[in-house]
Amino acid sequence: MALLLSRGFHRCPSYVLLESERRENTLIVRLKGEWRIDNLAQIESALAGVPAGVERYIVDFTGIETIDLSGAWLLHRWVRSMGDRLEIAGAPPAHFDFIDDVLQLEPKERVPPPEARLSLREALAWLGRNTLEWFRQTRDAIGFFGRVTVNGLRAFRSLKHLRVPSIARHVYETGIQAIPIVSLIAFLISVIVAYLGAQQLRQFGAEIFTVDLVTVAVLREMSPLLTAIIVAGRSGSAFAAEIGVMRLNDEIDALQSMGVNHFEVLVTPRLAGLLIALPLLTVIADAMGLAGGALLSSVLLDISLDQFLPRMKDALAPTTFWAGIVKTPVFALIIALVGTYRGLQVRESSRELGRLTTVAVVQSIFLVIFADAVFAVVFVELDF
Amino acid sequence: MQRVGNERQTTIRPRSGGTDSAAPIISVRGVTNRFGPQLVHDAVDLDVYPGEVLGIVGGSGSGKSVLLRTMLGLHRPNAGDVRIEGMDITRMSTEELLAIKRRYGVTFQHGALFSSLTVAENIQLPMREFFSASERTYDALAELRLRMVGLPVEAGRKLPSQLSGGMVKRAALARALALDPSILFLDEPTAGLDPISAASFDELIVYLHRSLKLTIVMITHDLDTLLATCNRVAVLVDRKIVVDTLEGIMNNPHPWIREYFHGPRARAAHLARGAR
Ligand SMILES: Nc1ncnc2c1ncn2[C@@H]1O[C@H](COP(=O)(O)OP(=O)(O)O)[C@@H](O)[C@H]1O
Ligand SMILES: [Mg+2]
Repeated sequence: MALLLSRGFHRCPSYVLLESERRENTLIVRLKGEWRIDNLAQIESALAGVPAGVERYIVDFTGIETIDLSGAWLLHRWVRSMGDRLEIAGAPPAHFDFIDDVLQLEPKERVPPPEARLSLREALAWLGRNTLEWFRQTRDAIGFFGRVTVNGLRAFRSLKHLRVPSIARHVYETGIQAIPIVSLIAFLISVIVAYLGAQQLRQFGAEIFTVDLVTVAVLREMSPLLTAIIVAGRSGSAFAAEIGVMRLNDEIDALQSMGVNHFEVLVTPRLAGLLIALPLLTVIADAMGLAGGALLSSVLLDISLDQFLPRMKDALAPTTFWAGIVKTPVFALIIALVGTYRGLQVRESSRELGRLTTVAVVQSIFLVIFADAVFAVVFVELDF
Repeated sequence: MQRVGNERQTTIRPRSGGTDSAAPIISVRGVTNRFGPQLVHDAVDLDVYPGEVLGIVGGSGSGKSVLLRTMLGLHRPNAGDVRIEGMDITRMSTEELLAIKRRYGVTFQHGALFSSLTVAENIQLPMREFFSASERTYDALAELRLRMVGLPVEAGRKLPSQLSGGMVKRAALARALALDPSILFLDEPTAGLDPISAASFDELIVYLHRSLKLTIVMITHDLDTLLATCNRVAVLVDRKIVVDTLEGIMNNPHPWIREYFHGPRARAAHLARGAR
């Protein structure tokens, strides 16, 4: 049984598979060597290299040493493409019978034929289809938010629909597990802002205002926004991927067929979990940011903690902290809804899964920043 | 052209593999597989001879898939070895192993088609990996595989998710045939098919076996498939393997094997065959 092993091992570098000889208006083609898939490129070039435009071809198969199905198939196709002009000398390769059989087989399974392509009609149809698709998506999105609202309301009416263990799991995964990275980033960004701010303010001898800068910037803007962006990257993608994989495995169909409401099982707990986790994470980010500011002030600006704290108290309006925190449930809503919505949209393939996970992250970050801008304008108008 | 017929084959018997004369292509020796405390295989032996169709049966969870993965070198056994033409696969170099795997065609229990590629691209993937050729040649080669397994050429442009269960099984077989393998490993090729599709799949396997002189190792739950296609049967019971010819295994006194081959479902299968 050396056969099995040896076949894969040696590869003939450049192999002559065919010789042709011209006699008046007849071309005699002598095939030889190994017509196997291992020599695919050589088979291809050998067949392409047969001179065209000759009246009669005579093919001699006797020189072929080994042939496999792929080689035989390419040869068979070539022979068929020559039609009547070609005559066969010597017995054809063994696989030709099999291929003749296969060509006569009726397919056992049918697929619908592809639609014919007509340029102008096709273009119009494309336009129409995309418009309809757009409408359909908008309708789906609205339907999605409607169902989320209904399920959310029902969940808060009765404890059974709330699924507390599931919510707890999501609070743990999206909140507790994100504490280290959120703390680190909040701390570092606040140090950077304090450092740059202090350099500018020093020119006016107003270094002490660094404290005001850090306090207001961290509490009002930076920590809610940064936390939301980090969570969108971490958990928004996780939501979309988890739900998307369940879609691909028909798990969601399974849930539905059991009469289980998949919104209640998959969407509402994630939403509720994030609504709890994100404000708490933001509070932690606030604390870490202020700590970063205080540390930098005491190390670089000679503002000790004893000076920092009273100054911070002065800088704080009663609303500063709340102006930041009030935004976080909205951010949580955006991240959870976009993530789960995109996850549920996954159909068909793993490529779709990757695409929609990316879309989920990009869209939720965009929407979070957009919402933040709206808040900024509204707060200025309200003098909040 | 015998295979073009709608009823389950009674006339077509696989060529009986020269069981005793030839040396085995694959021999499994003393293989023990353990997952934590759970012992799946206890020093089992199994030989696969060239040109035969070997059926592997056993209860659900008896370790059929694990045995197949061990033979393919995808799973390293806790003890024992797997020899391919006398060479131990655990001691082979990567190139040697690759050269051998290129002669294998495998279908997995759940199809394992790449979901983001069309069926034709699935079939062409191993070809593109190993051989360079033009797109037209790749397309021609994919067309042959599709035709061989009884799929229409248009099916090549579909994604796996757009196919029916029977078509997925055929597409998986088409991909397994991509590199003109000499051994086919099929993990439950007819599970989940309706009886008519399953029967025509059995015909297809017998047909390929006879025309291409393939060696086939097939895991199956389907008694009909077993009766229609296999020369020899390996039964996984009590963490051991019992191998025999189909006739021999039917007369085996082991209670599980008796139940399997002579239980109510088995009687129905025999009856159906007898009636034809
Ligand atoms: N990777 C794995 N880890 C742990 N247990 C496994 C693993 N693969 C298989 N098993 C166990 O080995 C047993 C045999 O599995 P398998 O070969 O898939 O069964 P079947 O005969 O139905 O194909 C099962 O009990 C399964 O739980
Ligand atoms: Mg299995």
